Amino acid sequence: MSDDDPNKPRRDFLYLTAAAFGAVGAGSVAWPLINQMNPAADTLALSTTEVNLAPIQEGQAITVMWRGKPVFIRHRTVKEIEEAKAVDLGELRDPETDGARTKEGQEKWLVMVGICTHLGCVPLGQKDADVKGEYDGWFCPCHGSHYDSSGRIRKGPAPTNLAVPEYEFLNDTTIKIG
Amino acid sequence: MGSGNRQKLDNPVMEWVDSRLPVFTMMQKEYGVFPTPKNFNYFWNFGAIAMVMLITMIVTGIALAMHYTAHADYAFDSVERIMRDVNGGWLLRYLHANGASFFFIAVYIHIFRGMYYGSYKQPRELLWMLGVLIFLLMMATAFMGYVLPWGQMSFWGATVITNLFSAIPMVGDSIVTLLWGGFSVDNPTLNRFYALHYLLPFVIVGVVFLHVWALHVTGSNNPLGIEPKGPQDTLPFHPYYTMKDTFGLLAFLIVYAAFTFFMPNALGHPDNYIPADPLVTPAHIVPEWYFLPFYAILRAVTFDIGIPFTDIVLIPAKLGGVLAMFGSIAILFVFPFLDKHPVRSSRFRPWYRPALLLFVVTVLVLGVCGGKPAEGFWVPLSQLGTVYYFAFFLVLIPFFNKKEPVLELPPSINDAVLKKNEKAA
Repeated sequence: MSDDDPNKPRRDFLYLTAAAFGAVGAGSVAWPLINQMNPAADTLALSTTEVNLAPIQEGQAITVMWRGKPVFIRHRTVKEIEEAKAVDLGELRDPETDGARTKEGQEKWLVMVGICTHLGCVPLGQKDADVKGEYDGWFCPCHGSHYDSSGRIRKGPAPTNLAVPEYEFLNDTTIKIG
Repeated sequence: MGSGNRQKLDNPVMEWVDSRLPVFTMMQKEYGVFPTPKNFNYFWNFGAIAMVMLITMIVTGIALAMHYTAHADYAFDSVERIMRDVNGGWLLRYLHANGASFFFIAVYIHIFRGMYYGSYKQPRELLWMLGVLIFLLMMATAFMGYVLPWGQMSFWGATVITNLFSAIPMVGDSIVTLLWGGFSVDNPTLNRFYALHYLLPFVIVGVVFLHVWALHVTGSNNPLGIEPKGPQDTLPFHPYYTMKDTFGLLAFLIVYAAFTFFMPNALGHPDNYIPADPLVTPAHIVPEWYFLPFYAILRAVTFDIGIPFTDIVLIPAKLGGVLAMFGSIAILFVFPFLDKHPVRSSRFRPWYRPALLLFVVTVLVLGVCGGKPAEGFWVPLSQLGTVYYFAFFLVLIPFFNKKEPVLELPPSINDAVLKKNEKAA
């Protein structure tokens, strides 16, 4: 069929529609094969955890598991809260106020995913004897990120603050994470 | 692979087969009489050695798979059971673990050979690119294999490497969740890594087939980097190079066996004998030795890249490191097109040769840096090494294309070999 054949536009249209249908078909076959790798229903079902805060004394911290990840819960001292609030937002890499990272009226509780935002190590700072970094918070031993007493990145390679998971206070001493 | 002008075989059974599927004719043509440059040195052993290592890995791997349990609760114990209870299990596992290291040793020497003697150059560009693809597949396979024992280094290595993908803007976190099959490295991750660790070696076999096919179309390069001009320049592959390859292979296997039997854990990391614990990160995470140079490049980018004198960050440090690391391998793909200098072999390239040797030293130094904590003097040293790694390809090679003198090459392989013998006599 030559270029000036009157049927050429019709033929081109058929080629394009056939190719388009083929692409849609291939995509719809590929998607379930890719999507099967996403979290399964039973994995998603494990996605909330309730924690009783009553036994945690001021200055103490506990680590709970949520979605296979450690979650840090620290009962902060007055000094730690004041330090966190006094920081000038301009000097932060990922500016966020301490208030935005805690619940109103419950500022003494800091709840964060205990996973360094650099490459996923667990920072030190939960135990009394741990190195807490230069800002009274957490220190990641893998590549040297320092987090402050609000879990914000202050120094080192991590790009963002420690993530605050979705959580709510069910009552004054119980939270539900997730 | 067509039969072409097939010669009748004497053995009637072989002839019956060969006239229907000319496998014997093909083997005779490709491995019997195949004309091979007669001036190979021992660097030309490493393709065959790498092939033997690939087969060793597949054979020991299939045996290990018969005893391994891919579940986060049982994987570590099943590996210890292989070590203690399975008949000869310790041998299979040590052969497999050290085999990975020796496969990489063979392949790194093979890659160096290609770079030193210009084997990547026209008309062997595609042959080289298939080789880089094999290297990339090997890295993926080795990484996933290291996760399977589910020790501390397995777990945290997997965590750090999968987290690299979170650096991708916008979709990074979704990709990481997709890779994990959950919200952290966990049982689904282990399962899929096992499936892929079993699959990829066979993909490698497929690409190796294409690699060898492409080699048999262009023929081998040789230390002089000049094409054979006639029968006086070549030898039949068998028995000359079957023997030379076998000799080199045996020497290589002696070292491999020495590691396997006398120092089987020398190349591993003791932390991997601690079961994986998602709550405790080892103080110092390092990958296996063969990844260290690339790990050093990853960590060398400690600064954000942005528009000068503004706060606008175009590439955050984390993404920069990931791009540099993947870029360091991607650049190998395009190496044949960067280097346009007409001379292949370093023997006749007075400028390329020292630059390449310095490149090798740089990769070794980066390897040392990658094994050290990212602090103090190791950081600027990694950065210096990373700069030279890329400058070699992007600054020196284009400069050599224009300015490096083109030396006179020997008239033929035969001529050069005879001259060398005269000198020796």
